[in-house]
Amino acid sequence: MTIATGNLQAGEPVFYLVDEHEHAEGSSTMLGFWIYLMSDCLIFAILFATYGVLGGNYAAGPAPKDLFDLSLVAVNTSMLLLSSITYGFAMLQMEQSRVGATQAWLAITGLFGLAFIGIELSEFAHMIHEGATPQRSAFLSSFFTLVGTHGLHVTFGLVWLVTLMTQVSRYGLTEANRRRLMCLSMFWHFLDVVWIGVFTFVYLMGMLR
Amino acid sequence: MDAFHAHGDAHSGHPSGSRGSYLLGFTLSVVLTALPFWFVMGGTLGDKQVTALVIMAFAAVQIVVHMIYFLHMNTTSEGGWSMMALIFTVIMVVIALTGSLWVMHHLNGNMMPVHDLSRMR
Amino acid sequence: MFDNTDLVKAVFGRLSLESLPLHEPILVGTFAVVATGGLALFAAITYFRLWLYLWREWFTTVDHKRIGIMYMVLGIVMLLRGFADALMMRMQQAMAFNGSDGFLPAHHYDQVFTAHGVIMIFFVAMPLVTGLMNYVVPLQIGARDVSFPFLNNFSFWMTTGGAILVMFSLFIGEFARTGWLAYPPLSNLAYSPDVGVDYYIWALQVAGVGTLLSGVNLICTIVKLRAPGMTLMRMPVFTWTSLCTNILIVASFPVLTAVLALLSLDRYVGTNFFTNDFGGSPMMYVNLIWIWGHPEVYILALPAFGIFSEVTSTFSGKRLFGYTSMVYATVVITILSYLVWLHHFFTMGSGASVNSFFGITTMIISIPTGAKMFNWLFTMYRGRVRFELPMMWTLAFMLTFVIGGMTGVLLAVPPADFVLHNSLFLVAHFHNVIIGAVVFGAFAGIAYWFPKAFGFRLDPFWGKLSFWFWVTGFYFAFMPLYVLGLMGVTRRLRVFDDPSLQIWFVIAGIGAFLILLGIGCFLVQIAVSVMRREELRDVTGDPWDARTLEWATSSPPPDYNFAFTPVVHDTDAWWDMKRRGYHRPLGGFKAIHMPSNTATGIILAGFSTAMAFGLIWYIWWLAAASFIGLLAVAIGHTFNYHRDFHIPADEVVRVERARTELLAAGVKP
Repeated sequence: MTIATGNLQAGEPVFYLVDEHEHAEGSSTMLGFWIYLMSDCLIFAILFATYGVLGGNYAAGPAPKDLFDLSLVAVNTSMLLLSSITYGFAMLQMEQSRVGATQAWLAITGLFGLAFIGIELSEFAHMIHEGATPQRSAFLSSFFTLVGTHGLHVTFGLVWLVTLMTQVSRYGLTEANRRRLMCLSMFWHFLDVVWIGVFTFVYLMGMLR
Repeated sequence: MDAFHAHGDAHSGHPSGSRGSYLLGFTLSVVLTALPFWFVMGGTLGDKQVTALVIMAFAAVQIVVHMIYFLHMNTTSEGGWSMMALIFTVIMVVIALTGSLWVMHHLNGNMMPVHDLSRMR
Repeated sequence: MFDNTDLVKAVFGRLSLESLPLHEPILVGTFAVVATGGLALFAAITYFRLWLYLWREWFTTVDHKRIGIMYMVLGIVMLLRGFADALMMRMQQAMAFNGSDGFLPAHHYDQVFTAHGVIMIFFVAMPLVTGLMNYVVPLQIGARDVSFPFLNNFSFWMTTGGAILVMFSLFIGEFARTGWLAYPPLSNLAYSPDVGVDYYIWALQVAGVGTLLSGVNLICTIVKLRAPGMTLMRMPVFTWTSLCTNILIVASFPVLTAVLALLSLDRYVGTNFFTNDFGGSPMMYVNLIWIWGHPEVYILALPAFGIFSEVTSTFSGKRLFGYTSMVYATVVITILSYLVWLHHFFTMGSGASVNSFFGITTMIISIPTGAKMFNWLFTMYRGRVRFELPMMWTLAFMLTFVIGGMTGVLLAVPPADFVLHNSLFLVAHFHNVIIGAVVFGAFAGIAYWFPKAFGFRLDPFWGKLSFWFWVTGFYFAFMPLYVLGLMGVTRRLRVFDDPSLQIWFVIAGIGAFLILLGIGCFLVQIAVSVMRREELRDVTGDPWDARTLEWATSSPPPDYNFAFTPVVHDTDAWWDMKRRGYHRPLGGFKAIHMPSNTATGIILAGFSTAMAFGLIWYIWWLAAASFIGLLAVAIGHTFNYHRDFHIPADEVVRVERARTELLAAGVKP
């Protein structure tokens, strides 16, 4: 980028830009969202730490072996993983500026996300029905909070997804909407990364204890 | 990290994948998920400790796969600040997790009601 | 079917007439004073027809300068409340000997020391520090605003919302009685069933969102919006410390959010994170809260160090000594601050191996701060030191902070801490470092940058009077506490049996009174300066002959900060420009792209505060409705894609021409 010099004598240092092109609108957004995501990562880290410390305190109540259905968890995990790849396809279509295809893949992503939440809610309902409530023990408190917080994030992501689909259908794939879709992309994949931690450390390790 | 390159339009600075890389990432993730489930559900590896270590390693690898193929993590995006932020966060997470586990393990051990306090570590 | 009491409970939750402290004369009196003052203020604003002006120019502004000023006002107002608590504690402790119970019953006293801590840290120190960073950093890097101007406005109102909740607790219900960190099991529902801890939790959660977003905002600003030529190692030191502070904020406030959320789950849902039974562990709370708590104190201290760096180099007329080592020291402090947190609970029982590790890291972290101290001294050495008010505060800081730092290193030794933990020695130590660094730093920053923000200097006489009252008051108030702590006196005590201790508390009370005079003089200083502003006027924009870019603008700067973005060639960019014959551009101005004002920030914060109030008082319909309102407005806001405008070129021409004339008029023949 050249610095336009305006009226200056030769040899004088340049102290201001006469011909600047301003910071593109939203030039900080991607970095800002990434940093916010890092802070969200820390919230999950604390919830993982809490689960790590308190997760063995069953208080003579149900333990992971009594509660976890790994095949259901496997189905859930695949819902989320599939939703990640379908979001990826949506982004590829966005780069080709194909509104219809983008919306289609976004909708499919939403459906996988909804499936994930539905399965998780039914799992929770079943556990509570069995008496394994969040109040029963510190293990269950930390389980419900960690997994539940992840689920709340996914739910929020779905609300955001629907909002964005509305905005794209109304205004098209504008610069601002593309930025927002890229932010949601980061958010969505980040949630899948957290889920890797959840299914490994909560469900799989829980069955190994 | 030069201030000059701070200007720039939204596209040029932001890496994106291709269909091939997304599918590769997806396939790797499927494998890296299915195997741990198989190891635990089927008891294939025999020893519980070994299984635990193996699935943790698989989790770590899958996270890296997600970072590269889905989140397009690289050392140049945002002038290297994305990577720096990630590394810093990972360090913080490790400190918070290991620190808490270590401290609480000692606290629980020492502060458990016991008659012989001379056995405090 | 629907009993009257059921309906009342559904509408009002656990709020009732009993929640009003009508039987506590101190609170009734306070309310009378506050209400009268508040009504007078409202009446004055209405009489002078300033509401529209305030709404348009201040409450909905996205200008970092105005938001910075609003933060400072918030901090100063809350200082008065927090200091009132301090005075009450000092009076109580000076009186409560020889069978006297003092004037504060335990129920009230416990709230006073809790509120004092919470207010001073979250609603005085944080806003003052955030306000200064907000005002100064974009100017120092040659930018027109922060990266996310709307979020900036929202962050301010969220902080204010938290403060409002704390102030509400004074007159509706009560505050927590747990100390400023609300340790369980005391803060659990079983032992604190009333609204106090809930006020605490939600005030901090609301304010915490504001702080976190502010952190993201300033990091992006510093990373992305620096003027061309300003590489990282050419940034002013205050900008460096701001960068590290905001990194600390982003990396520590989520921990506070998570821990308070877990505590609130225990209280609202009956989970067992920190309970004594069903597998809970109160010690885990202490562990987690200090993982946040230690970086927090560096969040407060680092900007202060930055202020002192700027002030020292300006008033010594010299480049800051050891710029590179200052930067490295700041970064090292940032990283190390995450490795020391256990020193706040050596005595909880983690044992020798854990305690030794953290004791050693705590001692190590004092080293980079020591390096900074030497750098400031070497900057002054062989400089032409001008003892203006900011420099006086800096010298007081250097002495005071070193003493406090040394007592900190003493406390870092676990066996010593076993004797001194939770004694008045500890209380003296942390007040020593926080007042020495943050309070003195805030006053230095205010004295230094006030002329930039308002175009006239602060009255030096009242400022120096305030300074001397503050510094002597501080030493009278806190040195006795070191003595008392070494003698074994515990903190947060309300009555005492040993009459030989009373003299120390009386001396401390005198110190508090001197500080009161110091605060009084500070307020008088502002009033007098406003009245005498024409005599104190500065037209140059650079009253101190300073070194960094903010001094290149007019005082106050125009809305757009810089008509043309500066190009930087060296550290101390403005000094470089002055020395190399910089000429202010007189023409060729263009239209400037600016963000628009918005009411969304204050509305969202209003909903958040209402939701918090509903959650505190179990008014579920209010909480739910506010939450829905919050979501609706937030989502609705995203449908507004046109949040900017252009300042027309002739407006820029007009403003710049006015400055040219002012500068010409100010040049004396």
